[in-house]
Amino acid sequence: MSPVLQGLVTIVIGVASCVAYFFFSNMILDKVLFPPRGENAGRNINRANQWRPWLFMFPAMFVLGLYLVYPVVGSFWRSLFNRSGDEFVGLGNYAILFNSPEFQTAVFNNILWLIFVPAASTFLGLLAAQLTDDLKWGNIAKSLIFMPMAISFVGASLIWKFVYANDFDIGLINAIRGLFGAEEPIDLMQVPFWNNFFLMVILIWIQTGFAMVILSAALRGIPEETVEAAIIDGANPFQVFFKIKVPQVMSTIMVVWTTITVLVLKIFDIVYTMTGGNFGTEILPSYMMTFMFRDDGRATAVAIVIMVLTLPVLWWNIHNARKEMR
Amino acid sequence: MSDIAGQKSSLTWATHISVVFLVVIWLVPTIGLLVSSFRERDQISASGWWEAPFSVELTYRTRADSEPEPVDGGYRITGNIFETSEVQEAFADGEGRITAFGDSARAPGGYEVGTEADLGDGERLTVNADGSYTYIVPEEPRRPPRVYFEAASPPQFTLDNYRTVLTADNMDRAFINTLTVTVPATIIPILIAAFAAYALAWMDFPGRGLLIAAIVGLLVVPLQLALVPLLKLHQTIGIGQSFMGIWLAHTAFGMPLAVYLLRNYMAGLPRDIIESAKVDGATDFELFVRIILPLSFPALAAFSIFQFLWTWNDLLVAKVFLPSGDASKVMTVKIADDLLGSRGGDWGILATAAFVSIAVPLVVFFAMQRYLVRGLLAGSVK
Repeated sequence: MSPVLQGLVTIVIGVASCVAYFFFSNMILDKVLFPPRGENAGRNINRANQWRPWLFMFPAMFVLGLYLVYPVVGSFWRSLFNRSGDEFVGLGNYAILFNSPEFQTAVFNNILWLIFVPAASTFLGLLAAQLTDDLKWGNIAKSLIFMPMAISFVGASLIWKFVYANDFDIGLINAIRGLFGAEEPIDLMQVPFWNNFFLMVILIWIQTGFAMVILSAALRGIPEETVEAAIIDGANPFQVFFKIKVPQVMSTIMVVWTTITVLVLKIFDIVYTMTGGNFGTEILPSYMMTFMFRDDGRATAVAIVIMVLTLPVLWWNIHNARKEMR
Repeated sequence: MSDIAGQKSSLTWATHISVVFLVVIWLVPTIGLLVSSFRERDQISASGWWEAPFSVELTYRTRADSEPEPVDGGYRITGNIFETSEVQEAFADGEGRITAFGDSARAPGGYEVGTEADLGDGERLTVNADGSYTYIVPEEPRRPPRVYFEAASPPQFTLDNYRTVLTADNMDRAFINTLTVTVPATIIPILIAAFAAYALAWMDFPGRGLLIAAIVGLLVVPLQLALVPLLKLHQTIGIGQSFMGIWLAHTAFGMPLAVYLLRNYMAGLPRDIIESAKVDGATDFELFVRIILPLSFPALAAFSIFQFLWTWNDLLVAKVFLPSGDASKVMTVKIADDLLGSRGGDWGILATAAFVSIAVPLVVFFAMQRYLVRGLLAGSVK
């Protein structure tokens, strides 16, 4: 069967079986298990209502449990075994990792990414949100800055490959250098240390739009009286922005910051397409992919390290969500 | 808020200019890609895409292949260089302007156009800007003599790259594969998530808060963790690396966001509507299908766009859960693994392939931006 046909059949079967599951399980609950009739009618209604939420949630909980909760345990367990998975090595994979120079480079670079990308994206996003807010054509500007969000990381990398190309006639950066009298084009992907930042620019280019959209909504939500009062008191536009507006959207800034932080820990595409992790640009997600299909023990060990790095954000998010629900 | 007293007009100008600056920086890389995808390989390497509307100076070589006619002290070959057989095709439209010429590959532009060049051994060559040339040789040449020249060739835009990408290289196959992965992976999670979201938003049961917190936590769990154990699981239950496997994986990986987004939205629906429906005797199931689902359309749309963009653009999940053969490669894998490797130097093809792969998400993005923004806000702003 051709994959296209298989896809269509899957859609039909998938949707139909979802509908059937919800419809029939609900009917069985109401009509068969706890019918609202007879002497126990009242009690049955209550019991049906106790069961129903779990009925509604079961498919979602099942896939979540299987595909996201189980792997946390499964990956950790697998990371305790050797390459082929038949010999228990304890924390051996971790020991090898922590002693390998590539892993140390990856961690170091990843820390650079974690500091630089969220900070720059959030800052630029805030700036763009504030600047476009007052303009008549602000919405068009916003939509253009937001556009890279739709582009895949692979596509974005290719786009920037043209900007960084090692050629006066292809690479924009080298063309500009040539304008200022550079003799030879340089390969920006091979400039030690700074090449990391050139790669980060790609992710910043993508994520600034996201930050801008959210912060722009937050800025609009600021009560106007606070701004008016500040202006009447003689605050200049910069003071209004930094002392009145920014403090009021601080919680949104944190949300944006943490969202991008988590994203940074998941993205391997950019490094993979631009440098393949060479020239000292390896980061943890791409480092993990070098072991994928080759050494599951070490691949999962790297995955667990990534997981541990996300824990603070995870805790912070849950903490916030709970606070909000109370 | 700009109408409030105290705004300076100079600041307004500064705002305009900085926004223009920002937008230009943000757009330039994409425009470069788009322009490059319509240029020929020779032109791409000869001049930057920012010079695409202008002529490109290229070097050509040909032979002065008109019939030699005897004159005093030798033979004379005259004609128009643009019409010589080796360069005829490049100048088919008859346009072209020569800037320099020469007689060796080492100095193809060694002589200024319009001057008479003494090539030694009694050979003399004149080439004019319009292409007319006169070659004087002392003896009848056995073969037409070589002539090199530099000419400004007019800017050329072509669809050849698109033709190549879409017909050769299995890119068409990859496009279909991407669609095949994306559509079911977008549609299937919606209903599953919507029911769960409704339960979490409007039904009371013990442990609800805990479950919501768990969903929020799962939003953050890196899916790298899932790769190894689930591939193993898929292999054990016989799915292996296949489309079925990637549909399941995408469905599950999109689930936390789906439930979270939809729950936030549904929880914000007016309580009156739901309670009056309940008073009228609607069961939860009817309430959900008849009232909640239609009212939640914006959130459903927002999630579908997210999931569509995410699955279309995904590289990681496709690399792991799909077989690595050409028959089931999606576009991102195709570009990252094949084109960048083997076609690393063919910039026209790279640009075109990239553009083909980002075109569909861009259309979806610009058409549905409203919903996307709304979804982002529902998902993030507290």
